[in-house]
Amino acid sequence: MGPEHSLITPLQFQLTLDRLAHQLVEEHGEFAESALIGIQPRGVHLASRLRDRIGRILGGKPPRFGELDITFFRDDFRRHDMPLQAAETNLDFTVEGLRIVLVDDVLFTGRTIRAAMDALLAHGRPSKIELAVLVDRRFRRELPIEPKYVGRSVDSLDSQRVQVVWSDMEGEDRVELINPTEDHG
Amino acid sequence: MAEFSARHLLGIRGLQASDVEAVFQTAREFKAVINRPIKKVPSLRDLTVANLFFENSTRTRLSFELAEKRLSADVVNFSAGSSSVKKGETLADTVRNILAMKVDMVVMRHPHPGAAHYLAQKIQVPIVNAGDGTHEHPTQALLDCFTLTERLGSLSGKRVCIFGDIRHSRVALSNVLCLQLLGAEVMVCGPATLIPKHFGSLGVQIEHDVDRALAWCDVANVLRIQLERQGTEVPYFPSLEEYHSVYGITTERLHRLDKRPLILHPGPMNRGVEIASDVADGQDAVILDQVENGVAIRMAVLYLLAGRLGSSPD
Repeated sequence: MGPEHSLITPLQFQLTLDRLAHQLVEEHGEFAESALIGIQPRGVHLASRLRDRIGRILGGKPPRFGELDITFFRDDFRRHDMPLQAAETNLDFTVEGLRIVLVDDVLFTGRTIRAAMDALLAHGRPSKIELAVLVDRRFRRELPIEPKYVGRSVDSLDSQRVQVVWSDMEGEDRVELINPTEDHG
Repeated sequence: MAEFSARHLLGIRGLQASDVEAVFQTAREFKAVINRPIKKVPSLRDLTVANLFFENSTRTRLSFELAEKRLSADVVNFSAGSSSVKKGETLADTVRNILAMKVDMVVMRHPHPGAAHYLAQKIQVPIVNAGDGTHEHPTQALLDCFTLTERLGSLSGKRVCIFGDIRHSRVALSNVLCLQLLGAEVMVCGPATLIPKHFGSLGVQIEHDVDRALAWCDVANVLRIQLERQGTEVPYFPSLEEYHSVYGITTERLHRLDKRPLILHPGPMNRGVEIASDVADGQDAVILDQVENGVAIRMAVLYLLAGRLGSSPD
C-alpha cells in the first residue's frame, strides 16, 4: 500500500455532500430555527458547501451560516511550541434558542468539538447542538461526543492521517488516508 | 502568519515588525471576544499573573487586570504604597518572594527606567513592562498603533506627530519606535524645554510650531502635560494658560486646516491644557477607541507570551 489511500473519491465526495445536505433538510426543514456553523479553519469549507447545497434544495434560500474559531477554548494551549494563532469568528446572528449544527471535516478525539461547544456557548444558549462531519474516525474518541450526520466512518490507526482536499484549495474534492512515511510494520 | 518571537515584552525596542503584526492579529480576535455577551475565554485559566505597580496608575492597571480576567487568569495585585518596598526590600527580593508563591507571569510598572530589563535578568517568568519611568510603555504604543491601523489601514508613509510633554513621557519613545517599525514618519512638537535633545537621534523631526505640525500630520497624538513633574524651581513653561494658548490643540487651530488629523490621547487628559474639551469630545478623536483596544492588545500580549510557557519538548 502506498503512502496515500483514497477514502472518498471525487465522485463519492459529491454524493456524500448531497446526502448530508438532504439529511439536514429532512431534519431542519427550512432552517427557520436552525443554523449551520463551521469550525475554523477546515470545518468552514464543509459548512459553506452544505450551505450552498441546502440553499439550492430550499429553492434559493440558504440557511443561517456562521464561522466559529475555537483557538482560545482549546485544552492544549501551551502544549505547543508556539502560541496558536486565532482565526476569525463570524456570527452575525444570535444563537440564543436556535438549533445549531456544528460542522467539521474530520472527527477524531472529540476535543475540538468540546472546545467548539464552549466557544459557542459564549455567544448565547442554543436550544440544541448537533454535529455534522465528513469523516468520523471511529474508536479514537477521548471524550463522549458522537456526530449525528456522518459522511463516512473509517477505522484508522493513530499514526495515520486523514486529509480532506477541497477543490477551492487544490485539485479535486477528495479524502485520502495517509500512512506514516516510516515503515509501518 | 506572523509569529511573536519574544519571551518578554520589555519595550518596543527589540521587537520586529512581525511581532507587532502577530500582536495585532491576535488583538483583532480578542476585540471580537470582548464585544460578545460573554466577554471571557478560558485560555489562561491555569495561570496566575501578578500586577506589580511600584508607581501609581489607574487605567493601565485596570486595563491589564481586565485583560487578565477576560483570559481567565488568576490575578494578584501589588502596589508600592502599602508594601514591603517601604521597609527597604530590594526589587529583586520583592519579586522573588511573589514568584515563590507560584506566579506565572509579571506585569510591572516602575518609576525607574530599565527596571523591567533588570528584572528580566533576575527571574525566569515572562515580564510585561507596563511603564518604566520615562523610558518605555510598550502596550500603550501597541494600542495606539493598533487604533491607527483600524482607522487608516497600513501606517506606511503616514505622518504622525506627538505633541506635548515628551520629556516626562514613557509613551513618546515607545510610540516613536513602534510607528517607525510600521513605516510611519514621526514628528514631535512641543516647547524646547519639554523635548529631550536626544530625540533628534531617533530620526524624528522636531517642531516647535503647533500650527505647522498640525498642517503636516495625518495623526496628532497629544500627550498629557505631567503637572506633577513640572520643575518646582524652574518651570518648563510660564503657566498652564500660556501653554494652552501656544501649544494646546483647539478647534480654532483644527478649523484652519485643509485636512483634519485623527486625535489620540493616552489619558488622563488635562482638558483646557494640552487639549481643548471640544476637540477631546469631537469627531476626530479616537480616545475611547484607544481605551477599548487597550484591553484587547493586553490580552493579545499576555496570550502570546503565555503560549510560550511550558511548551513540551516533543
